[in-house]
Amino acid sequence: MRDTLVGLLCGLIFGFGLLISGMMQPTKVLGFLDLFGGAWDPSLAVVMAAALVVASVGYALTRQRGQPLWAARASWPTARQIDRPLAAGAILFGTGWGLVGLCPGPAIENLATGSVRVVAFVVAMVAGMLLQRASQQRIRTQAAILATAPDG
Amino acid sequence: MANFTPVSAAIGGALIGLSAALLMLLSGRIAGISGILGESLNAGTDRGWRLAFLAGLVAAPLLATIVGYAVPSPQMPGSWGVIVLGGLLVGFGTRLGTGCTSGHGICGIARLSPRSLAATALFMAAAIIVVFITRHVLGG
Repeated sequence: MRDTLVGLLCGLIFGFGLLISGMMQPTKVLGFLDLFGGAWDPSLAVVMAAALVVASVGYALTRQRGQPLWAARASWPTARQIDRPLAAGAILFGTGWGLVGLCPGPAIENLATGSVRVVAFVVAMVAGMLLQRASQQRIRTQAAILATAPDG
Repeated sequence: MANFTPVSAAIGGALIGLSAALLMLLSGRIAGISGILGESLNAGTDRGWRLAFLAGLVAAPLLATIVGYAVPSPQMPGSWGVIVLGGLLVGFGTRLGTGCTSGHGICGIARLSPRSLAATALFMAAAIIVVFITRHVLGG
């Protein structure tokens, strides 16, 4: 229950942050990504810098305490390697982001505007996520078959 | 830089950082939107807080409208095909690369993860190249 309330509160704050910063607007994001158009808008860099400073303080406080206030332990990501899936995934994501100007947060938040184009984007985004999950499961199954092959 | 809005960007950015800080400090979770959405699609995992986070994200502009804040309607260039292709790439890519602008770009860099730094550099570079091609080569 407490977890759910924290989730809701943090979603709200995140949403207000995206709204106030102007990052809900795809054309504003594209204005940042368009370095060579003669009208570069550095706002996104300021958003990230401010977010980084505040998030870093929260993370440092969590590390100092040793554990979160309302959870047994912090779920820090454990992956360390800079591998091919990371690189390929980041490049595919960046390509889609550059095409439309929407990343997952603003895409979901913009559902509130009732824009049909946003709905189409989010449906495609969820389909892309499910597709990735399905392809990963296939790779795992094939790896399991290969691993058992010597016996069969 | 006529469109530069540093003050609202700093305030909004600080709120995004506050959200990430509180989620970690209170619940020990990473505020990565693609991870939250992707994991909420898996039945059986810890979905409650994730769905609540997504509900809060959508509720924010609705609440802002109620108090009289003008929420802009999203302007998206490109055909329906481009929008669907973009959505597919963003969904597939963020799950394959385990993160997006928030998970890698903010949370990952805030904990000084080399993986997230690399991912952020790559998706920024890819997006900048795509915008350059669509706006200045193809002239879209």
